[in-house]
Parts: sequence; structure tokens; C-alpha cells
Amino acid sequence: MPLNRRTFLQMSALLTGGLALNLYETPIAAAQSGQPVQPDLSPRAFIHIAADGTITLMAKNPEIGQGVKTMLPMLLAEELDADWSTIHIQQADLDESHYGRQFAGGSMATPLNWDPLRRVGAACRQMLISVAAQRWSVPVSDCTTAPNRVLHATSGRSFTYAELATDAARLTPPPLASVQLKDPRDYRIIGKSQPNVDRLSIVTGKPLYGIDITVPGMLHAVIEKCAVFGGKVKSCNQAAIQKLPGVRHVLVLEGTLATNPVVSSDPGIEPGVAILADTWWQAQSARSKLKIEWDLGTGATQSTDAFAKRAAELFQAPPANTIHTAGDVDAALKSAAKVVEATYAYPFIAHATLEPQNTTASFKDGKLEIWTTSQAPGGGRKMVASALKIPADAITIHLTRTGGAFGRRLMNDYMVEAAWLTKQVGVPVKLLWSREDDFGHDAYRPGGFHSFKAGLDAHGKLIAWRQHLVTYGVGDHYASSAGISADEFPSGHVENFGLYATAMPLRLRTGPLRAPGSNALAFVAQSFLDEVAAAAGRDPLEFQLDLRGNSSNHSDRLSNVLALAAERSSWAKRTHTPGKGMGIACYACHLGFFAEVAAVTVDEKNRITVNHIWVVGDIGSQIINPAAAENMVYGAVIDGLSQMAQEITLDEGRIQQTNYNQHPVLHMRQTPAIEAFFLKSDNPPTGLGEPALPPLLPAVANAVFAATGKRIRTLPLSRSGFSFA
Amino acid sequence: MPPQQLKVNNTIHTIDVAPDTPLLWILRDILDLKGTKYGCGIGSCGACTVLISGRPARACQTRLDEVGTNPVTTIEGLSLDGTHPVQLAWQQVDVAQCGYCQAGQIMAASALLASNPHPTDAQIDAAMSSNICRCGTYPRIRQAIHQAAESAAKK
Repeated sequence: MPLNRRTFLQMSALLTGGLALNLYETPIAAAQSGQPVQPDLSPRAFIHIAADGTITLMAKNPEIGQGVKTMLPMLLAEELDADWSTIHIQQADLDESHYGRQFAGGSMATPLNWDPLRRVGAACRQMLISVAAQRWSVPVSDCTTAPNRVLHATSGRSFTYAELATDAARLTPPPLASVQLKDPRDYRIIGKSQPNVDRLSIVTGKPLYGIDITVPGMLHAVIEKCAVFGGKVKSCNQAAIQKLPGVRHVLVLEGTLATNPVVSSDPGIEPGVAILADTWWQAQSARSKLKIEWDLGTGATQSTDAFAKRAAELFQAPPANTIHTAGDVDAALKSAAKVVEATYAYPFIAHATLEPQNTTASFKDGKLEIWTTSQAPGGGRKMVASALKIPADAITIHLTRTGGAFGRRLMNDYMVEAAWLTKQVGVPVKLLWSREDDFGHDAYRPGGFHSFKAGLDAHGKLIAWRQHLVTYGVGDHYASSAGISADEFPSGHVENFGLYATAMPLRLRTGPLRAPGSNALAFVAQSFLDEVAAAAGRDPLEFQLDLRGNSSNHSDRLSNVLALAAERSSWAKRTHTPGKGMGIACYACHLGFFAEVAAVTVDEKNRITVNHIWVVGDIGSQIINPAAAENMVYGAVIDGLSQMAQEITLDEGRIQQTNYNQHPVLHMRQTPAIEAFFLKSDNPPTGLGEPALPPLLPAVANAVFAATGKRIRTLPLSRSGFSFA
Repeated sequence: MPPQQLKVNNTIHTIDVAPDTPLLWILRDILDLKGTKYGCGIGSCGACTVLISGRPARACQTRLDEVGTNPVTTIEGLSLDGTHPVQLAWQQVDVAQCGYCQAGQIMAASALLASNPHPTDAQIDAAMSSNICRCGTYPRIRQAIHQAAESAAKK
């Protein structure tokens, strides 16, 4: 039944501003404070032992390519003392009352789950031992386990877990805090490389991803949105589109955006026209016949060139906001023996997940079932409940494997859209954004501009650091991922310090991209520090080590990885040959500490060949899945290199880049040799999705300076006159 | 237009859609072969790589009426149990992160190895550089291609 009328997606204020921010900051603070971050979890939710001996472990978090579907069950299996080779892994649905928080973001899966999931496995093992001890009438202390078995060593008796499981399931699980954990020296699974649990399905093309979901009777949907962010539909040739082959519904979405500048990564839903058809290609083909008159709104005057001009003007004015000061930075700069000044800039960039945004949803009899690629399904459920005015507990969410995320899927806009469409039309709907939709309606990594001044004394010591960030936002409310914190390095390491920010209003959505904030802030500060070291006539490694000193634990961990990166790359033995150079940089974020060295060759046409990258990371005492960790580091390096060449620009409010040919991902032939090393430290294990990325960009930029004497102060490379060969 | 015959993975199907429909969407939404992936829709990413008469082709850029009688092989046609040498190598090397591009990578690699059983790194780079991996698994892809070449040579 076609709905040949104008309908509206209207919802109350979503009150989800800062959802993505909370994902990053709240858990990190909790992890650092050592406070418990989840309630007691039950082994029953995570572990199922069937009578035939099959052990099924639940994978609780969204799998976005970071490897948690393999890694988190490893924690359970280790302490359960299960035989990993026979384990079955099942992706959990969203059920945070049983699984604790289920999200993929902030490199938080390891720090938040390392302790609780091992304890869940250990509690289950303890229950199995209790049953065995009771049957044998021996003390539990006389019993041990081998994979999938409880042993009574003195009598040589044993039970399989399968033989004990039914009785064990009747026991009350012990408090997780009370269970005994293994000595890490006894680990059989943690610290041993375990291949991706979905590898067979991946290489045989099984339907694993959100885009592969099929629900009987479903329609395929696309949504045409305004090229200018937030533009509204004034009129549309709905009746004509309705008659096209396969088209069942054409709906106008009013959207829920306010007309203000945007500071939240979830500012509401954009207006548009939805086409629902029997196949996706029919819906997509019908789109090309749409004639929409748009009310472009206030975004239509924006351009990235104008933002750059405005930033240059703002650098001449006093900063609007003071983020942090120490000493008297202006006086110190006046008295300095040498002052170094530079301006840096980086662009908006897109997430460009290879699997475009999608969700399948089915609304029936007041209940909503969703299959989604979300990184933050719990937040998405709240948004959907609010949008559809249905209770959250009427919504079931299934998590699918996800074709890349990088922060894009922390925003749940596509989930709300699919949910709203199925409720409107009364049949299941699979919404799939086109690649062009994805590039045109991302929550972009925000661009930014930094003006630096550093003062050196007569001995070449850094005595003053002044940094003014011109960014996006309103007053001192910065757009998502566009701010800077008071402790940004070298805060705390320079006697006279001033960190300031000024925000320009932006009518475009921004959001976290892999290592949000850090992916840009590391580039500017670690590159400028290299300039300051050069001005002081110092080796950049020694200059940075001196500056970091030993004033805090963070510095120790970074100094240690810097030293090892220098050793592995033979930094001290590097030669000074024109056209060849090495650069070094480090950064701490998401509880991880990384140093990277780049070796590059630059030809006479400023084409950069990155020859070799050495990465040293400290993410704590254990590398849970070493081969996967190494792969993740390769990915961070390649992603960082890609970022150096990418740019999203706005002209008359319109995003200029529509596909990968205009926003390139690094190609295999451009990929350097990469060596990854982990420096184990006496700290709890932490995550790896993000912290290996930020130092890559300044390491390469500093290497290009060493090769050519030219600084890369503006990204992408093309805006500094460089390119990748 | 009358329905057209389409040979996919050694099975002939009768397809009744507009003749300009891209092969990609016929595979995915008509034949329910979900292994071939949509990434860019302009032939720029390689996620939809299939073999047409044994040669790598972009399914998103190939219309039904262009396929004609040429046989199409998708990832599902390489082997359903993952025992093709390239699929085996991909599992042994543990190439994937998100895995979304890998069907296209595997199809491109299998075409390369069919025409050049012992490619050098440079030849691998040349053959594979139009397939992007957003996760950056290129070092492992290269390693897996070498491993597949070696295991095929031993047979």
C-alpha cells in the first residue's frame, strides 16, 4: 500500500549529545581509577556447556575488525581452562543487563573486560570443580583442571566438563571478586596467537555483515539527502517516482535537526526523501529521477577555504578561550634567546568504512527487531525508542559483523532511519546508504588550525610554548572531537605554557575518527617539537627525552618506547643523505603509549616513498592475541598514511568528495615495510585499536623534513606540495 | 526484454531484471550470493571483484547485458568449504581484520596466481593495488599470496 503523501520523521529532542564523548571519556576515567565498571556478571550469560561437550562462548561486543569476537572469548576460555580448538563462538545480541556495556570505541574492550571476563571464566571453572569434588568426596583444593576436564591427580580420576555441566548449572555462581585467577605463566590461550574466529566464513563469502541480512518480505530503502547539511525538502516529484519499477513507497523525512551550528556528533536526523523498492538497485535507480527543491538553510554559505581564511584572521586576534596556562608564556617568549613560530593545519576527513552504513529493521505488533552494524547499539536503542515513541524493552538488537567502523558507527543515524521506515510502512526494511551518501553525510573528523610559538633559552632549552587552536564550535562548546585538553603535551613539561582555543561556528556534523583528537593533535605538536629541536640544534629524540624527563608514569612509558624505537630503527646510526630521511615521534592516548620511526625517500618531484616504519608500543603486561595485535598495528600505520593524503572540502556548503577516487585509501604498492614491537610493562593490558595511529603522521612528516629540509605543516600532503609516490 | 541466462559458479540461472542492472546487485539480491560486496559502486575499491571468463572484473561496473554467455565465478564458486589454495592461505596467514574487502582480494589474487603462479612482490603490488583494504591488511595479503603460490607448487 503506497503512502502517497507527505510524512514526517519527527521526534522529541534526542538528548544524546555527547554520547560518543561519554563512550570515550567515562570508561577511560573509570579504568584509570580502578573502580569496578560493570556489575557482577554471571557465567550463565557467557558460557554454555552442552551435554555433548560443545562449549559455546558469547562474544559480547560489536566486531568491527578490531578482533574482539576472538579476543574477548579468549579471556573466558583461558580461565575456564577450555580447549580453544573445540570452542564455538556466538555473537551476543544487545543485552547490557547480562553482558555489561557492549560497545566498540575508545580502545576500551581490553581495559573494561580484561578483569571481569577472566573472572567469569574462572567462576565457571570453580563451579565445575565443586561438582567434581562433591562427586568424588574430596576437597576442591585437591582438584585441578586440564582443557575441558576436571582432574583428581592423586587418584587419577577425571570428569569432562560435559559430564559436570548440568549439575554445575544448578549452583549459585561465586562472587567474581572471590575467584582465584591463573598465574599468567600458566596461560595456554592468552598470549598465544589465535586466528580470527570468522576466518572460514570470511574467505568463503558467507553472509556475515549487516549488508548481508535478509528478512522475508523486506523492502530495500535509500534516502536522498540534501547536498548541504540539514537542507529541507520544499517539494518533491513523489508521484512520478512512485510509478517507477519496483518502487513501493516514497516518503519525505522532515528530520529532527535544529537550525543551530552543530556541536554534537548526534545532532538529530537529517531531512530527505526515502525510496523503498523491491530491490536496492530499483530504489537506487529511482533516485536518479528524483526532482527535489531544497531549502538549503544556513549551511549553504560555508566553505573550507573561507574557514582557513577566517582562522588566519583569528590567529591575529586574542584567543577566545584559555585552556591552560603555566608561568608567563608571553613574557618568556619576549625574553627568549630564540623564538620558533609556525602554523599548522589539517582538514576534515571521512571515515569511509568499506561497508556503507546500513540497518535492517522489522516492526510488528509493537515490537521492533533490528540487525545493525552499530558500534554503540545501547545508545542507538535509546535513540530509536525516543524517535519511535516505543519502550526500549520493545526493541531487540542483533549485532552483525561490521565492515569497518573507525568511529563512524558510534553514530546511530542509519539505525534510527531504518527503524522509522519499518514502522511507517509496516513491513521489514533494509536501509543501505550508497557510497556517495556515506561520503556526503558523515560525522567528519574536524579540521583544525594551530598557531605555535616556542621560546628557547641561550642553552637551547625549551622555556615557553604557546599554542592557539582555531577550531569549530560555539563559544567554549567545541564540535565533537574538535577540542583540546589542558594536559595535551607538552603541558606540564614547559615552565611557561599557554594553550588557547577559538571556535568558529560550523553547520556540519563532526565526530570521533580512530584516535579522535589525537590523530590530529599528535601531528601538529610532534611535528612542531621537531622544528623546535632543529632550531635548538638538537637531535629530536634526545630533545624530546630531555623534555619528558621522568616527571610522571606516562613520561616513563613514552620514554621507554621512544628509546626502544630508536634502538630497533638504528636511529643513532642514521646517515644524512639528500632525499633520504628518518623521523621520530611518540604519543600516548587511549591508555596506550607508542613511538614510531619512519624512513622515507623523497624524489625531485616531492614524491614520498615511505620505506620503513618501526612501531613500538606499551599496552601493558600482556599482548592477548599477538598475531592479531601485529595486524592491528599494520592497519594503524596504513590508516595513518592514508590520512596524510585525505581531505574533505566544502564549497557552498557541499562536500566535494563523493567516493574513494577523491579521498584515497593507501594502496598496497604504497605500503612500507612495517615492524611492530611491544614493550611489556607492569600495567594492566589496554586496547590497541587506536593508540598506534597518532605518532605515524608526525614521524613521516619529520622524516620528510630530514630528507628535504621542507616542513609539512598543512595536510593533506598535496597542500604542502608533496604526494605519495 | 526477455529474461536472460546467466552462468554463475557453473549453474545457469534465468534472470528477469532490467538488462542494465549491475551484475553486483543480481548476485547479491537476486541470486543471494552475498560474498561479493558493495563498496563504492564506481569500480574504485575492488570489493565486488569477481571472475568473468577467468579474468577479474568489477561486478558493480558490469551490466547484465554485458556478461552475455561468459561464465561468472564468485567467492562462493572458488570453494564453499574454504579449500581453494588462496582461501586456505588467507586462513593460515590470518589476513582479515574486518574482512569486508577480502572476497574481492581473494578473487583478484586467484586470478593473478592463475596467470602467474610465482609472482614477485612487485607483480603482486601491480595486480592488487586497485583493491583497497580500509583496515590495512596489505602486508598479510602479500604474504598469503606468496604462501598460496608455494603450496600450489608443492602439489
